Amino acid sequence: MVQFNLPPHSRIKPGKTWPAPEDAKNLLTVRVYRWDPEVPDNPRLDTFQLDRDRCGAMVLDALIRIKNQIDPSLTFRRSCREGVCGSCAMNINGRNALACTKAIEDCGETLTIHPLPHQSVIKDLVTDMTHFYAQYASVQPWLKTLTPAPADRERLQSPEERALLDDLYDCILCACCSTACPSYWWNSDRYLGPAALLQAWRWIADSRDEATGERLDSLEDPFKLYRCHTIMNCTDTCPKGLNPAKAIAEIKKLLALRRE
Amino acid sequence: MEFRTALGKAMGLGPARSGTHHWWMQRITAVALIPLTLWLVWFLSRLVALDHPAMLAWLGRPWNSAMLLAYVCAACYHAQLGLREVIVDYVQQPAVRTLFLIGVWMVLAFLVLLAFVSTVKILAGG
Repeated sequence: MVQFNLPPHSRIKPGKTWPAPEDAKNLLTVRVYRWDPEVPDNPRLDTFQLDRDRCGAMVLDALIRIKNQIDPSLTFRRSCREGVCGSCAMNINGRNALACTKAIEDCGETLTIHPLPHQSVIKDLVTDMTHFYAQYASVQPWLKTLTPAPADRERLQSPEERALLDDLYDCILCACCSTACPSYWWNSDRYLGPAALLQAWRWIADSRDEATGERLDSLEDPFKLYRCHTIMNCTDTCPKGLNPAKAIAEIKKLLALRRE
Repeated sequence: MEFRTALGKAMGLGPARSGTHHWWMQRITAVALIPLTLWLVWFLSRLVALDHPAMLAWLGRPWNSAMLLAYVCAACYHAQLGLREVIVDYVQQPAVRTLFLIGVWMVLAFLVLLAFVSTVKILAGG
């Protein structure tokens, strides 16, 4: 059966509490999941106190301040700090989000930060994304055609055809959606998850692509596609405001239509 | 030690080329069950009002028995499709999963059979 409890070695223990800065008037409490592969111990939840007046506006600013000022061993991914690279996806106060676009003031008095749910943890907030990326690669996210490209121009698309790709090409593969999906939690080995399926739909919806049938064939599977039960956590959590649930519904609709 | 590539693992055994029929039938039976359930509620309210011989006579009319059988078939089919999803979601050992799936199918198929035999008995005059 599905494991609803974490295995004993993964259960979170209370961690270290760092003292508040003495001169701070406006305190922010940040509780962060910590796990070090080199220390044979359970994960723990460390508590940091920050001076809110000396911390930037976003959750990522708080993490960077902790790393710079308090504990340099805190490990997390970040790069663009503006919601474009998708590196800093994590679970903030129970919801998946990008730390760089999540404002501290929207999170209440305490920040509780965990790695993306149901992913293998490499260290602290860094999870193993290998399988997630491999699932993305498995939908063959590139243009497939039999017709050679015109010799004198690019492959043309009308503005209407191009508009079909809006809110699909914008995905940054941060994995917030897939790791918020219960179906992905229980069956991620075989279910592609909302992120990969959104990208599968992005190429099915592309007017220039000629492999629609082949793409639909490769998705027609009780696990790869049909573990989606329209729970819609994906759409709810997407930090870019995209709608993977709708993309999955469109795939299901085409699969049903081509049988009629 | 395992040397399979990540892509190889992600592609797994490939698409089973099924699932759409299941998905479509789940929707069809769900829609069909709306009027059928309303009819069933009406039928159950009559069940309280009539005595046994009157009820048998009422069920002996083709329209009534057909509606009842339609309800039982749609409900059992829908239940089989839905329970299949629950089992596939939550039971991960392949052998146990197959056992559960077959078990659910058999129980619901037997219920449908029972409904048909009982209706035939009523139609044949009790």
